[in-house]
Amino acid sequence: MSTPLIEIRSAPHVKAPRTVEMIMRHVVWSLLPICAFYVVQYGISALASIVVVTATCLLTEKFFIRTGTQSGQLTDYSAAITGLLLALTLPPGFPLWMGAVAGLVAIVLGKAIFGGIGHNLFNPALVGRAFVQAAFPTSIATYTPSFLTGRFTEFIPSSVAWPLMIPADTVVWMQSKQLDALAGATPLAKWKFDGVMANAVELLTSLSGHMAVGPAPALVLLCGLYLALRRFMDWRIPVAILGSAALTAWLLYAVDSTRYPNPFFMLFSGGLILGAVYMATDMVTSPVTPRGMWVYGALIGLLTVVIRYYSGLPEGVMYAILLGNAASPLIERITQPLTFGRGAPGRSREGTPGYVSRTDADAAIPKKRFLRNKPKK
Amino acid sequence: MKFLNYFRGETFARGIHPPQHKETATMPIRRLPFAPRLIVHLSQQVGRPARPLVRVGQEVVRGQPIAAAEGFISVPHHAPASGVVEAIRLHPTANGPWGEAIVIRVHPGSTQEVLWEQPQYLPALDADELIEAVQDTGIVGLGGGVFPTHAKLKVPKEWPVDTLVVNGCECEPYLTSDHRIMVEQPADIIAGIGIVRQLLGGPRAIIGIEDNKPDAVEAIRARLPDDGSVSVEAVPTKYPQGAGEMLIKTLAGREVPPDSRSYQIGAYVQNVATLAYMGALMPKGRGFIERVITVVGTAVDRPGNYLVPIGTPLRFLLDYVGARDQSLEVVFGGPMMGQAVGSLDTPVTKGVSGILVFRGRDVAERAARKTYPCIKCGECVECCPMGLNPSTLGMLAAKRQYELMSERYFLGTCFECGSCSYVCPANIPLVQQFRVAKRILREKAAA
Repeated sequence: MSTPLIEIRSAPHVKAPRTVEMIMRHVVWSLLPICAFYVVQYGISALASIVVVTATCLLTEKFFIRTGTQSGQLTDYSAAITGLLLALTLPPGFPLWMGAVAGLVAIVLGKAIFGGIGHNLFNPALVGRAFVQAAFPTSIATYTPSFLTGRFTEFIPSSVAWPLMIPADTVVWMQSKQLDALAGATPLAKWKFDGVMANAVELLTSLSGHMAVGPAPALVLLCGLYLALRRFMDWRIPVAILGSAALTAWLLYAVDSTRYPNPFFMLFSGGLILGAVYMATDMVTSPVTPRGMWVYGALIGLLTVVIRYYSGLPEGVMYAILLGNAASPLIERITQPLTFGRGAPGRSREGTPGYVSRTDADAAIPKKRFLRNKPKK
Repeated sequence: MKFLNYFRGETFARGIHPPQHKETATMPIRRLPFAPRLIVHLSQQVGRPARPLVRVGQEVVRGQPIAAAEGFISVPHHAPASGVVEAIRLHPTANGPWGEAIVIRVHPGSTQEVLWEQPQYLPALDADELIEAVQDTGIVGLGGGVFPTHAKLKVPKEWPVDTLVVNGCECEPYLTSDHRIMVEQPADIIAGIGIVRQLLGGPRAIIGIEDNKPDAVEAIRARLPDDGSVSVEAVPTKYPQGAGEMLIKTLAGREVPPDSRSYQIGAYVQNVATLAYMGALMPKGRGFIERVITVVGTAVDRPGNYLVPIGTPLRFLLDYVGARDQSLEVVFGGPMMGQAVGSLDTPVTKGVSGILVFRGRDVAERAARKTYPCIKCGECVECCPMGLNPSTLGMLAAKRQYELMSERYFLGTCFECGSCSYVCPANIPLVQQFRVAKRILREKAAA
């Protein structure tokens, strides 16, 4: 017998099939139906926006990987997620060149300067959006109604503005569609500045015509559910965010129902659902400890409602998540898991020496609690 | 509804579910023939190496003591076959460094009959004599710990033990040797439990068996003594259920505090194979010369549970089971915590419960996976049975901040089950780094 080559590796010698690429790929897949519906709502402008922003993100990422200044590779899909998410948070009629700027900033300032995947402190997509919010405040606040006629044949005029040029005002264009200027305001802005509140069901599905809303919350929740069930996303964070936002909104609503909107409106308007399901759950920028995830989610939910109610801005999800990202190292530090055996001595169920076997307990206490250990007949 | 186990208080928190691969579970134990040369290492145990009792050229018979224990934390070794002592020389061990070993050239006519024994009536012995009798068999912790069993049995008087936890979980994938012992030798296990109970002052015994082995549960349940002192529990199948601390948590609901021994909370854990061999060997006064080993893996043509004489060289064993390939990875123990062996001249030692042989190309495929920076997905935190934070520990290890790891993140609690490395999607060698960190810290503490 010829001596075979011997491989020596350190244990463990088996490995779970899950990889980073696999997680990211599933997130991208789950985003595709949301993008598709978004395109149905807003037509080719939305499609162009998604394509341009995502392509910019990918190209920028490629550049920084080529120069060797950042870890990861294009096939890990993380830049694709950033691009798609960023495009979904921008208004559909957002000028394409500004979208490209947002994508560039998202990768450069949000990711590459920190060292690439795994090293960034803030969600790159939100860094990009925060930048364009500060740089182009008018354009980012200009929404157009959904389900306009002819949305698949003509661009929204603001989309196709020349680079570095101020985009055309959409008011004139909307008047030509027999819509008043108010139709272009988001439900949150309408509530904040005009006191008009939208119906919760309409908000949830985004199917009612001519409402200026982002991706449909119901669809986002559905796709998020898929990710959570396949364990590609942690379910605790969205539950914590939505729970804390709903609780805060409900408390304020109970105090003064004329001044504050009902909690359903809070949950389903604006970007809260998208932010809670896709932005805040970004693994890299959220705490790694289970208890930390609850704290982090609760903080974001609370901040969102507070910003929406008490600041000059109609929308607060982005800043709430960025603040949550900033706080997450601190949260992680104070929520380390409880190490085995370090719990309070009283925590153990049967801490005392007079232990009764579960088989005996099974005989004494009928069924229920010890279902699994019944001897087979 | 498996995840509800923990909430119903049936098992420990977290843990993982790797594919089980218990293909050899239904294969009865078969004997392996004697190799032409058997190599008995003097140090197969934790503690000091044994002292040889034989000279080169001396004839030995199967079962004869050939090396004596050197002090209390040490065990004697016995001749696994009749033959001639050919040499006492350095030989490769699984850990890497070569160790002194007695090489026996086996007589071609050596029979399976054990020719050296000293029958004894165990109930008449007092505690010290009984511990001595355990030491004379040369048994060590067969689950892989290889700590001398008699030394572990010397529980300080001030800590009364009320629960004897018998570990029949065998949670490592692939391994089925304990399973077969439980199915085929339940009487030996009960006898072994009797000896340990006699020593510890009669605590009640609970045998914990993972619920993927219903036949083992049935086999043992049929042999339980009538007085109700021993009971069998089917525990949820989850890795690492077979870790002592985890099984105590599952069966007795108690957590062993850090830096403590399990007897300090009144529990004592013993592996089921160790007990089976104690029960089989001690009444006859025999030595521990062979054990059941699962040989399995992608490269093995004839996998199975073999009764292997201690000292059988790996080359002979692999030839017998038909493991041939361009390149191989040979692991002593289970896939999660086992030790990869560097030389085919390494002999089987007392602590080997399984031998896994993988084809080199399977291993290469796994090794080719790209390693990413930690994406903080939290998988490792959700699986660490000790409630550590492997993600943060891994990042600190990469920065070599070992003191911080042990002071703030309780590195010392880690028992290296490997769950974190198994699940990590970024393919970060977490437990491997922790092993290095622990070793460096130990060396620093010793210096």
